[in-house]
Amino acid sequence: MTTSTAPRTDTRAPVSRHGRRAAPSRTLPKLKTVIIAAAAYLIAFIFLFPYVVMVITALRPQNELQDATYLPSTFAWSNFTNFWTGGLAGNLWVTIQVAAGSTLLVLLVALPAAYYTARHNFRGRTAFLIVVLITQMFQPTAMLVGIYREFYQFGMVDSIWSLILVNGGFNLAFAVWILNAYFSSIPRELEEAAFIDGNGRWGALFRVTLPLAMPGVITALIFTFIAAWNEFVVALTLTTTPEKQPLTVALNSFIGQYEVDWQNLFAGSVIATIPVIILFALIERKVVGGLTAGSIK
Amino acid sequence: MHQKSQSRMGRALTPLLWIGPAVILIAVVVIWPVVVMIQSSFQKISRFGIVQGANGLDNYTKLFEEPDFGGVMFRSLIWVVAVVTLTVVLSLALAQLFNQKFPLRNVARWALIAPWAASVLMTAIIFKWMLDPEAGLINMLRVDLGLLDALGGPEADPLGQASTAMPWLVFVAVFVSLPFTTYALLAGLATIPSDIYEAAKMDGAKKWRVYWSITLPLLRPALTVAALINVMNVFNNFPIIWAMTHGQPGYSTATSTIFMYILKGSDIGESAAMSVVNFGMVVVLTGLFLKVSRWNTEVAR
Repeated sequence: MTTSTAPRTDTRAPVSRHGRRAAPSRTLPKLKTVIIAAAAYLIAFIFLFPYVVMVITALRPQNELQDATYLPSTFAWSNFTNFWTGGLAGNLWVTIQVAAGSTLLVLLVALPAAYYTARHNFRGRTAFLIVVLITQMFQPTAMLVGIYREFYQFGMVDSIWSLILVNGGFNLAFAVWILNAYFSSIPRELEEAAFIDGNGRWGALFRVTLPLAMPGVITALIFTFIAAWNEFVVALTLTTTPEKQPLTVALNSFIGQYEVDWQNLFAGSVIATIPVIILFALIERKVVGGLTAGSIK
Repeated sequence: MHQKSQSRMGRALTPLLWIGPAVILIAVVVIWPVVVMIQSSFQKISRFGIVQGANGLDNYTKLFEEPDFGGVMFRSLIWVVAVVTLTVVLSLALAQLFNQKFPLRNVARWALIAPWAASVLMTAIIFKWMLDPEAGLINMLRVDLGLLDALGGPEADPLGQASTAMPWLVFVAVFVSLPFTTYALLAGLATIPSDIYEAAKMDGAKKWRVYWSITLPLLRPALTVAALINVMNVFNNFPIIWAMTHGQPGYSTATSTIFMYILKGSDIGESAAMSVVNFGMVVVLTGLFLKVSRWNTEVAR
């Protein structure tokens, strides 16, 4: 109203009411900012809180686990070394293989499809993109029995290849859409110019177009990697031998036991969780656009 | 549009070369399982996966006659409606807050993504641990804040009965759904030109009025898509309930995906029938999504 702040849309927070009553002074908008910032920091803390608890629990000595104390008396870093010497390191290796394999598969499959659909108009192009969009809405959970029956028939239960295929297939849509958007945004003329300069079609593609689309490529790769890394339901269904299971399934099987070794479980969870949160932070801004498949402009 | 001189045959086959791998992958991993699933729902299959012949509609009759079927379906509906409604309402508030200018806004926004990036399973396991009736943090807070009797007495196990477990399951589902939804709405807010607000301000419109008649309508496309994606995610959600209650006690906290998974252990045909029912609902929701999403303006450039 009379305050000199930039246009604000805030209505809920009581702060806006304060701001409105205020004369155009210089201090009150500041107070409003302080209150907004405090609320935002508090909410940010709430969102991080479970993961803080996870880290603290992972560092609790075994004998203090059932103590009702907020913090352990000492930090037991040995929980993490126990993780490595215990069987879970093998499950982490499965997770790494599945995540890396799915990422590579998506790269090899999505890149050409996204590039071609962005650059060429051909019969079936629209149909293809719609099919891709539809698969984005499907999740493996809804067709779990079919996936299980299919890979059972292929004799691919307990195989990391089946996990790579399923994770690759269900993350393809995101990659195709985001890469398609990037390729479309790169002017064709740029590629033509490089071609005329004697780079050849492929040279133009690899030296000009692909580097420009790199942010999209990296977003697609990290997104797939995280999704495959976090995947649980398909792995729970398609793996039965404990050593063949990825970390999510192995950690979950801890819970079924009578005495849960929470501190080892959480040492594993920290290893399974913190890297992907950091990775995700790198692509956070671009993910929304890819997930909503161009519906939000 | 592309002026390459190719043979007619080559021109027809070139696209296949580029999109072929994607088509094959989708066919093997997404389409074929649907076929197998529908086929399995009409077969009699032993617990160990041996097909024992056709079963007509028996799998479906058996499923619909399960004493828990009605309850499970009703719970799935409540689950989706409750989680998505709470998520959308809270995300609208969060998006407004995080759209304001304040110092370290990017850091605060960054913290918001943690439940989105982390495995839903891990988050569910942490909450299960925090709800542990003995040493769980939430139990400790209950004691230290003097709320022990108000919140069910010393013996209470929050995940032990449906009446308290369901709200916690919904809470966790909302918690993990908020980051994406908030970010989608923030992206929507960023598309609203600021001169609209300037104009409204000139006209002396009140803030809640501006929000109600300018922000919210302009946010609708983002809101619709985010809500639908949430509906899909929540409907298909498995890890939260599986990690925290396994659908127990009885089937009192099971949704249709949990029910399907439990059935898979005893009768694969019946489980396939449950899957087909679930899948049918997913198809309906996807149709809805295609209708509201503006794919056509995007694709048919």
